[in-house]
Amino acid sequence: MIRVDNLTKTFKAFEAVKGISFHVAPGEIFAFLGPNGAGKTTTIKMLTTILRPSSGTVMLDGLDPEHHKMAARKKFGIVFQDSSLDGEQTAYENMEMHGVLYHMPKKVRAERIERMLTTFELWDRRKDYVKKFSGGMKRRLEIARGLMHSPKILFLDEPTLGLDPQSRNQLWTHVKHLNETENTTIFLTTHHLDEADRVAHRIGIMDHGLLIAQGTSAELKEQTNTSTLEDAFLALTGSSLRDEDASSTDQLRDYAQIQGSIK
Amino acid sequence: MNVIYILWLRELKRFLRSPVQVLGSLAQPAFFLLALGFGFNPVFEKAGQGSYMQFMAPGMIGMTVLISSAFSGVAVLWDRQFGSLKETLVAPVPRLYIMIGRTFGGATVGVLQGVLILLLCMVTGFRPQHFSAVVSGFGFVAMIAICFAALGMIIGSTLKDMQSFNVVANFMVMPMVFLSGAFYPLDNLPLILSVLTRINPLSYGVDGLRGTLIGHWHFNYFLDMTLLSCVGAVFLIAGAYSFSKIEI
Repeated sequence: MIRVDNLTKTFKAFEAVKGISFHVAPGEIFAFLGPNGAGKTTTIKMLTTILRPSSGTVMLDGLDPEHHKMAARKKFGIVFQDSSLDGEQTAYENMEMHGVLYHMPKKVRAERIERMLTTFELWDRRKDYVKKFSGGMKRRLEIARGLMHSPKILFLDEPTLGLDPQSRNQLWTHVKHLNETENTTIFLTTHHLDEADRVAHRIGIMDHGLLIAQGTSAELKEQTNTSTLEDAFLALTGSSLRDEDASSTDQLRDYAQIQGSIK
Repeated sequence: MNVIYILWLRELKRFLRSPVQVLGSLAQPAFFLLALGFGFNPVFEKAGQGSYMQFMAPGMIGMTVLISSAFSGVAVLWDRQFGSLKETLVAPVPRLYIMIGRTFGGATVGVLQGVLILLLCMVTGFRPQHFSAVVSGFGFVAMIAICFAALGMIIGSTLKDMQSFNVVANFMVMPMVFLSGAFYPLDNLPLILSVLTRINPLSYGVDGLRGTLIGHWHFNYFLDMTLLSCVGAVFLIAGAYSFSKIEI
């Protein structure tokens, strides 16, 4: 479903992704792990057509986004690390906007919105402004929206960041349920290794721009001779801290948090 | 077409749903109108130039429209990282449609602000020469709105952080307003000011507004309209280009 060959991305002198290759089978839940600055988000951006690779190829359900950008974009849904909901619009309006952007006919749109909002237990709140939603509700709405056009692949970039254990648990239950019922391929990143261990069929570990290991959780533990995924992760990536400089996005994010706490 | 419409509608809804923001954006021009309009009126009349309130009102309309439209574009900086704009960037829709919907949404909001400030001016004593003047005057309001929504779009697509946002606000928006003839006539200015006001597109917008509304021209209708159309076209093309280059 996702096939990546020798993918690289270079920003000026810095090589963020250094030629990685992997594939994700249809219906698989693939967890993409790695310390901060490993190149995970850069990789997701290239897979989702926001960033152009410096070299290498990406195939999404047999389509090369470089040449068939619009068709490839219809194949996936995405939940970004930072919310991309419109707080000034209602939950229903956010879904409606997505439906229009993905060229869904009006009737299909209405049906899918009702179905997805009901699945994610948000139908009763459809007329409320999104700015009034809790963090967990916003995430659920984003996933519901990402799945609205029935994509074959769902990208989740740190979907549980900032959520309490209840919301995290509920979110993964939903994701697993969807994976089983709609056979959606799921590509996720997270820092919660226990979550990855619980939901993912296979795991890829990235560090310093390289994919240093991939396999099932059991294989990774066996390979490193450890008993938990966390130990395996540390054995593979070392225990040194990654003190990278804050990017302009990080600075914007700090600013967003200050703004948010004032409101 | 649907895509452009829904993005345009979104900008409009945001505006109509936040009355506080609407009032807030009118506070600054209202303050200028009251303090400067009444304050300078006696001097202006003594200099034989007629009513300052009458002279300044079109300038205030131009200023409000510029600020509103420019900031709707610059907000792209924010929206592409933390707002719904990011979602549109991965949707199967050409970037051009998104840019058009968004820019014209911002421009429409600018025009609505212009209507509100015109009403406010009428309350403080401003009278256009006749009511048909208001209609042709709003041709210029629309041109100002489109030009600066597109300019804002160029800036919002190119900038990387909030600091530069503030720099733009202070070093672009305010100088443009002060060097546009919104507050003073453009006749007999020192050479430097004369040059600066002539390269400022807002000068032509304010002149067009003042000309149509109260019949006081510095340039003329044809020059103002042609110049604004050309500048608008260039800004729209450049805006579409820089928007298409956004990587987040």
